[in-house]
Amino acid sequence: MKHTNQAWEFFSSVRLAIFTLCSLALTSIIGTVIPQNKPDSWYVDKYGPATAQFFQVLDIPDMYGSWWFLILLGLLCANLIICSIDRFPTTWRLMTSDQLAIHSDRLQGMTLRQEWSLSSPLGESAAQLSTALAKAGWKSASREIETGTLLFAGKGAWSRLGVYVVHLSILIIFIGAIIGSFLGFKGTVMLPEGESTTRIFASDSSEPIDLGFEVLCNSFSIDYYPNGMPKEYASVLTVRENGKDILKKMIEVNKPLTYKGITFYQSSYQAYQNFIVSIVIQPDKTGKIFTIPYQQEMEWPEKNIRFGIVNAEGTGDSVTRIKIWMKHGDLPASTFWVDNGKDASIPSGDKTVAVSAKQMFATGLQVAKDPGVWLVYLGCSLMLIGLYVSFFVSHQRLWLLLRPGKGDAGTGIVLAGGSNKNQTGFARSFAKLADRLRGMQQ
Amino acid sequence: MTSSLLLGITTFTYLFATLCFVYIFVFKAYRVYPFAIAVTVLALAIQTAGIGLRWYESYAMDIGHAPLTNMYESVVFFSWSIALIYLLMEWKFKTRILGLFALPFAFLAMAYASFSTGISKEISPLIPALQSNWLIAHVITCFVGYAAFTVAAGLGAMFLLKVSKGGAEKKDGGQFLAAIPAPDLVEDLIYKSMLFGFIWLTAGIITGAVWANSAWGTYWSWDPKETWSLITWFIYAITLHSRYTGGWTGKPLAWLAILGLVSVIFTYYGVNFWLSGLHSYGSG
Ligand code: HEM
Repeated sequence: MKHTNQAWEFFSSVRLAIFTLCSLALTSIIGTVIPQNKPDSWYVDKYGPATAQFFQVLDIPDMYGSWWFLILLGLLCANLIICSIDRFPTTWRLMTSDQLAIHSDRLQGMTLRQEWSLSSPLGESAAQLSTALAKAGWKSASREIETGTLLFAGKGAWSRLGVYVVHLSILIIFIGAIIGSFLGFKGTVMLPEGESTTRIFASDSSEPIDLGFEVLCNSFSIDYYPNGMPKEYASVLTVRENGKDILKKMIEVNKPLTYKGITFYQSSYQAYQNFIVSIVIQPDKTGKIFTIPYQQEMEWPEKNIRFGIVNAEGTGDSVTRIKIWMKHGDLPASTFWVDNGKDASIPSGDKTVAVSAKQMFATGLQVAKDPGVWLVYLGCSLMLIGLYVSFFVSHQRLWLLLRPGKGDAGTGIVLAGGSNKNQTGFARSFAKLADRLRGMQQ
Repeated sequence: MTSSLLLGITTFTYLFATLCFVYIFVFKAYRVYPFAIAVTVLALAIQTAGIGLRWYESYAMDIGHAPLTNMYESVVFFSWSIALIYLLMEWKFKTRILGLFALPFAFLAMAYASFSTGISKEISPLIPALQSNWLIAHVITCFVGYAAFTVAAGLGAMFLLKVSKGGAEKKDGGQFLAAIPAPDLVEDLIYKSMLFGFIWLTAGIITGAVWANSAWGTYWSWDPKETWSLITWFIYAITLHSRYTGGWTGKPLAWLAILGLVSVIFTYYGVNFWLSGLHSYGSG
């Protein structure tokens, strides 16, 4: 089985990890220099037909989804899995092995080591030392051995799992990303105020995607800063299913709406030359909403009202003030200004006509379904926890060997220990602890 | 008193602190060390006040937001993080000379922010996409990471100088570089700062992804800035593993710390000017 062994060694080696990471880092540069996901003709224009053809073969226009880039990512995953399987048993043994089975000669070889002696007999010293250790935060276990008594105290054995958590988190993120790309979608839709839709359009292919329910755009608004910069875009959306309104919510950039795993993000808008005019006749409280184009006359025959937008003022493509012309029955026509979205009350014979007008918009929504995103977030959290543990928590071990002193009385003591990382830091706390243990005896 | 005045004073105070360390280095005048540290603490205090005042000013203008949202503010925060990380390290490890290799970066960042004509210092309102707490978390985590990598690269330069031909071996050179601590200690500090930076960079990439997902519904879109931050992340991941397998400690580690910083600078700065992408807010 020599061949399988070699293959196993290859796939479990950290060398391969370095190779793969270097390859990923270097090839990733390509896609930041050559613009991605443009139409084929764009590459021909920019780079000439020969180069464009070469790009097509290597999938450069979509390099992060290309076969060779995915192979590199797959190699990274295989490497991670096999490396972890290969090394885990050793790690597990290091975490769980019986530390009291250590041969007392091994203590002599440790760099962190102190020796001193006590006047009390062995049994008493052992009890005292283990209490002192416990006070200093080290819970110890003890065992009688040939040469005397051995105490052991360890901390942070579990921290050896940190590296595995980091590596596993990468796999979890990949699984989340794969689930998202197969079972999710990304799309957009431009929805005029007052209209609804049951389908949106895929971002990459422009194919329609059925939502399985209906979304209605009740209204769209933009808010500006005094200097004219946009402050907030907001849309009020209603979700409808089987003709019933299920959910109504105002969305803003960074505050989306989610229903049945599909999320609607405010992403853009379109301003129209049309206006939404609402007319309410008081005191009858009869009203109606109209959508009318700029400078065209509209009629509400039942109430004998004719009206139109004769002028509009604004900045950029958004209107701030609207001039309305209106004629009610045989009364003389009136013209008046209203602020965008505000009411004006016009006395008209024995009634009052409340008119409000507002520029019409369509809201541009980004629509996404990503059933894998929670796994990606889980992976990210695990990665941060794992990194913290593998960098800053160490497996620290302390042994105390107690031997009967020369003659009959007293105890000879050896304190030795080690840490799997941050040796300098551990050396400091080791020295402090040794001082404490020695000091208590006086 | 305005925030720009305070931040302008900060620039010169960092310059002065750097010069103090040059003096210590050249004349081995370790008596000056407490003074140099005091100057650095003062610079950091003025800078903190400046950042705080700028925050306050934005509220006074009725467009209140944390001062972490454009190129100018992020460079100032970068400089602030370098000084803070430097001071914490000095407090813990007492190298006495690291300031010479760390503070110039804090100074250069401030000088760039204050005097470059390409950077607007205006406090401007936030466009809707930038109004997110994730953005604040993103900027803080990224720049703390970048600052740690900057300190690591400074230490890398210090290490290379120490072990260079003119360094330890030659008699005169040895004298000249005597202020630099033993290579082993410097090496350990390089590695520690890289680990520290790596966690923050990881958190920075993650918070950026969460922000993108809350604003656009896509946590990763391979835009040039994202991709470059990932490349930087790979470089540091490679460093961690090359130490493990190839025993790349010492010189190779020092060079990797410098290479990493080059990649950080490209991610942070180069991408805005040479490549295009979503993060266009950084270019103003
Ligand atoms: C982007 C991908 C990777 C990241 C972010 C990553 C992260 C890490 C981190 C943070 C450590 C701890 C280093 C330290 O404590 O100083 C580590 C150690 C290690 N990694 Fe990775 N790793 C990645 C890929 C891989 C791959 C593909 C392999 C496959 C062989 C691998 C094998 C190892 C090994 C063997 C160790 C040492 C474990 C030990 O100390 O016992 N890593 N990795």
